Amino acid sequence: MHIPDGYLGPPTCGFFYLIMLPVWAVASRVVKKTLKARQVPLLAIGAAFSFVIMMFNIPIPGGTTGHAVGGVLVAILLGPWAACIALSVALVIQAFLFGDGGITAIGANCFNLAFLLPFSGYYLYRMISYRAKPGALRRVIAAGIAGYLAINIAALFTGIEFGLQPLLHRAANGQSLYCPYGLNVAVPVMLGEHLLIFGWIEALVTALVLKYLQKQSPELILQ
Amino acid sequence: MKLYRKLWIGLGVLALISPLGLFLPAYFKSGSAWGEWRNDEMQKLIGYLPQGLAKFARLWQAPFSGYAIKDWEGKGSLASGPAYIISAVLGILLVGLLVFAVGKFFTKKENKENVEKR
Repeated sequence: MHIPDGYLGPPTCGFFYLIMLPVWAVASRVVKKTLKARQVPLLAIGAAFSFVIMMFNIPIPGGTTGHAVGGVLVAILLGPWAACIALSVALVIQAFLFGDGGITAIGANCFNLAFLLPFSGYYLYRMISYRAKPGALRRVIAAGIAGYLAINIAALFTGIEFGLQPLLHRAANGQSLYCPYGLNVAVPVMLGEHLLIFGWIEALVTALVLKYLQKQSPELILQ
Repeated sequence: MKLYRKLWIGLGVLALISPLGLFLPAYFKSGSAWGEWRNDEMQKLIGYLPQGLAKFARLWQAPFSGYAIKDWEGKGSLASGPAYIISAVLGILLVGLLVFAVGKFFTKKENKENVEKR
């Protein structure tokens, strides 16, 4: 789900940078106010975990690949704003050092994976685990469902961003300038592969790690 | 804290087995992720290379592009596996350190207050 350079036109890239600038500003302010010093090591570990879990490409035999993101887990543990910063750092390093995701698409990739995914995942988790006791199984199930749905929300928006390109940009000869696939292809493919396969990986990763942490150190799980 | 040490070890284990994310897709003959094709793959898919894509695709040459080491390329899985592990370790350390530094910076005020209270 890392959009490379050249797949989104300059207006789309600029648009998402413009959206993300105030999001990053608010995230800094909120995290400055709410993050406790003792949570900093866990935030660093969460960001590093998200970085490495994205390297585990899961194959669809004969088709494409995809991976979990781990962002819902970080959001559940430390809140969505802290997760936004942690995921943004991971995505920037992936783009600049490893060429995973374009540098012109950092705004869009951060919007999908560092904003939509942790925020939707966090609030879904809070809703489903409402009033669940610390250590309750319902929290683990809530984490799994939130992970599954949040990565699909991110995939849906990624599909929309890809799919809008042929509508926005065409060369004089009718060829596409950027992503050549429209909404009718990009949305069903992005959403379909995450609904069928990669969503379950995100669900599993989120639920299992939360279950482990809940057992090891119940005080880590905030709410 | 003992738990954090366990978690860092867990990250190390993940880095060591990360080449699974490289070799499993190759074993099952899965191509690139959807929407992340190389230029030659795109050419094959739709019969031409979109002009804007051609212009921007090489905008940035990442030093470890594709979690690989350029000098080791073409030497098969004996080189690409270790390069993938090195990339994972490098990424974990860099992302971890950066977020740790950002977190420390954001919680500076709290630390100062604690010191003053003492």
